[in-house]
Amino acid sequence: MLWDALTLQLGYNATLVAIGATLLGVSAGVTGTFLFLRKRALVSDAISHATLPGVCLAFMVLVALGGDGRNLLGLLAGSAVSAWIGLLCMNWLTRHTRLAEDAAIGAVLSVFFGFGIVLLTVIQTMGVGRQAGLEGFLLGSTAGMLWADAMIIAVGGAATLLLVMIIRRPMILVAFDPEYAAARGLPVYRIDLAMMGLVMAVTVVGLKIVGLILIVALLIIPAVTARFWSERSDHVVLLAGLAGGLAGYIGAAISASAPNLPTGPIIVLVSFAFFVVSLFLAPIRGVLAAVLRHLRFQRRVHIRQGLLALAQGQKIYEPLTLRLLRRAGLVRADGVATDIGKARAAKALRDEKRWEIVRADQAHEATAALYDGLRDIETVLTRDQIAEIDRRIGGPMGVPV
Amino acid sequence: MSGEEFVPLSLTPLLIGTFAAIACALPGNFLVLRKQALIGDAISHVVLPGIVVAFLITGAISTWPMMLGAAGAAVVAVVLIEAIRRLGQIEPGAAMGVVFTTMFAAGVLLLEQTDTSTVHLDVEHALYGNLESLIWLDATGWSSLLDTEALSGLPPELPRIALTLVGVSLFIWLFWRPLKISTFDEGFARTIGIRTGVLGLALVITAAIAAVAAFDAVGSIIVIAMFICPPAAARMLTNRLEAQIAWSVVFAIASAVSGYVLAGYGPLWLGGADAVSAAGMIATMSGLILAAAAMFGPCRGRIGARISA
Repeated sequence: MLWDALTLQLGYNATLVAIGATLLGVSAGVTGTFLFLRKRALVSDAISHATLPGVCLAFMVLVALGGDGRNLLGLLAGSAVSAWIGLLCMNWLTRHTRLAEDAAIGAVLSVFFGFGIVLLTVIQTMGVGRQAGLEGFLLGSTAGMLWADAMIIAVGGAATLLLVMIIRRPMILVAFDPEYAAARGLPVYRIDLAMMGLVMAVTVVGLKIVGLILIVALLIIPAVTARFWSERSDHVVLLAGLAGGLAGYIGAAISASAPNLPTGPIIVLVSFAFFVVSLFLAPIRGVLAAVLRHLRFQRRVHIRQGLLALAQGQKIYEPLTLRLLRRAGLVRADGVATDIGKARAAKALRDEKRWEIVRADQAHEATAALYDGLRDIETVLTRDQIAEIDRRIGGPMGVPV
Repeated sequence: MSGEEFVPLSLTPLLIGTFAAIACALPGNFLVLRKQALIGDAISHVVLPGIVVAFLITGAISTWPMMLGAAGAAVVAVVLIEAIRRLGQIEPGAAMGVVFTTMFAAGVLLLEQTDTSTVHLDVEHALYGNLESLIWLDATGWSSLLDTEALSGLPPELPRIALTLVGVSLFIWLFWRPLKISTFDEGFARTIGIRTGVLGLALVITAAIAAVAAFDAVGSIIVIAMFICPPAAARMLTNRLEAQIAWSVVFAIASAVSGYVLAGYGPLWLGGADAVSAAGMIATMSGLILAAAAMFGPCRGRIGARISA
C-alpha cells in the first residue's frame, strides 16, 4: 500500500497531493534556509499566524460580493495581505521600539491570531454555509485538493524558487554578515524584507496543505537538518530543498496509504525523522562523529602516556592504557613491552625531548604553539630541523624518524 | 445590568479571564526582559500532545491527569530544546522551532488517530479555549457570593486559576531580589552567589505552570498574548521594573475586562446577534494596548536611540 503511494499508484487525487507536497517541501526548505542562517527562524511563526485574519476577512469579502467564500486564490490573497501587515508591524516594533525581536514576534503572532479567531467566530455566526473549509487553514487539509488548488501551489512554489535563485547571493551575504553587506553598499533592510516576503509567499502557498501552524516546521526543520551536512551555504540551501521535498513526498505518500493519517503532521514528523538521523549520523557535526572523535583522541592520549611510561621504565596501572597498548601490539599480556613497543617508546621519549628544545627556543615560537602532547614532531618540523635538534640533545644519532 | 444576569453568566468568566491574564503577565515581565518571550508560544503548542497522551492513558476527560500530561509535555519540550541546542550546536530559536512544531504535529496525529467525535477534545477548543462556557449556573444574584451551596457549584477552573495566580505571585515575591538582579546582570548575580541556572529554570517552570493552568481555562491564544503584550506595553512606559510589573498587571486586567465585554456585547451594539470569541478579543485588546504604548509611551525607544524615526 505504501509502495503504491510512493510510486503514485493511488489514483489521481493522491498523486496531486504528493506532487503538491513535494513542491511545497522544496520551496519551504530552500526559503527557510535563509531565515535560519539569518538566525530568524521563528519569524516564520509570526508570519504564519498573521495569515489567519486575512483568510477570514477575504472569506467575508468574497461572501459579501456574492461569491463562493472558499475561492482559494481569494483566500490566499487575503492571507498574504495580512501576513505582510504583520511582518511590517514586527519590523516596526523591533526597529523603532526597545522590544527585542522575540517579543515582537510573539506580540504579532498572538494578537493577529487572536483577531483571526474573533473573525472566525463572526463567520460562524454569519449564517452562510460552506465555511467548513476555513478550519482547514488552521491544521491543513489536503483531502479535497482540486486540480486548480494544485496548480496554484505548483505555480506559487515554482515562482518562489525562481525568485530565491535570483536573489540568493545578496541574501546569503546578509544572512552571514549583515554589517559587511551594509559596508559593501547592499540595502540590508530591503533584502531582509525580500527574504521575509519569500517566506510569506511559501507560508501562504503552504496553508492549504499543512496548515498555518505546521508550515513553520517545514520552513525550519529542513534547514536545520541540512546545516549538519555541509559548511557551504549554497550546499546547505540545496540540501534543505532536498530534505524538504523528500519529507513532503514521503509524508504525503504515508498519509495517503492509510486512513486517519493527516497529511500535514505526517510530513512534519517525516521531516523530524530526517533531522534526528542527521543530528546523530552527520559526518562532522553529528553526535556520533563527535563521540568517535572524542574516543580517538582519548585513545591517542592513553597510548602516548603509556609509551612514555614504558620508556621511563614505570609500571602502568591504568587498565584502559594497558588494553590499548596490548591491542596495538606494543606490550605483551604481562605488561612487558614488545620490541616494537620498546622502539615506539624510545621514539616517544625522544620526541618529548625534541619538543622540549623546540618550546625553549625562541626561533621555533610558532611551532611551539602547536604542542599539545600528541602531535608527532615530524608533522611540524623538517628532517633537517629535527637532525639539528638531535645534535643538540646528543646521544645516539640516526634514530629513525 | 442586573446581578441576576451578571453573576451567573459573566462574573466567573470575567474573573477567570482576569486571573489567567495576570498569572501569565507576571512571569512574562521577566521572560520579555530575558529575551525568552517565545517560551509561552512553545509551551502552548506542546501541551497538546501531553493532553492527548494523558487522555489515552486514563481514558477519560478529567482535569488533573490532563494538567499533569500538559505539564509533563512542557518539561519534555524544555529538555528536548536544550538537548538539541547543545548536541547539535543549533541556535536556541531554531531548536525551539524544531521541537514545538514536531510535538504539535505529533499531538494532532494522535488526536486524529483517537476517535475525536465521541470525545469532546478538539484542537479548536485547545486553541481558542471556551471562556464563555465557564458559567456559574447555581448563582442567582450577588447574594450567591455568600451562599455556600451555590459557591460549591463554581466552575472548578476559578479556584484553580486563582491558586495558580497566588503561587506565581508568591514565587515572584519570594525571589524578587535574585530574579531582578539575574535578569539585568547575570554575571554580577553569579558573583554574589545566586544560582542563575536554577533560578532561570524555576522561572520557566513557573511560567509553564501558569500557562498550563490558563490554557485549561481560556485556551492557548490568551496565554501567548498575555505573556508578551502587557509586559511589552508596560516596558514602553517606564524604566523601573517595579513600575513595569504594576503597569503590566493593569494592562492585563484592562485587556481581560475590555476584551470580555466587547466580545459579549460589542456585536449587540453593532446590531449583530451573537457574541464573538472572548479569548480572541482579549488577545486583540492587549495588542491594541501594546500598539498605543509603542506609539506614545514615554520610554519606548532604546536608550541612546532617537525616539521618533
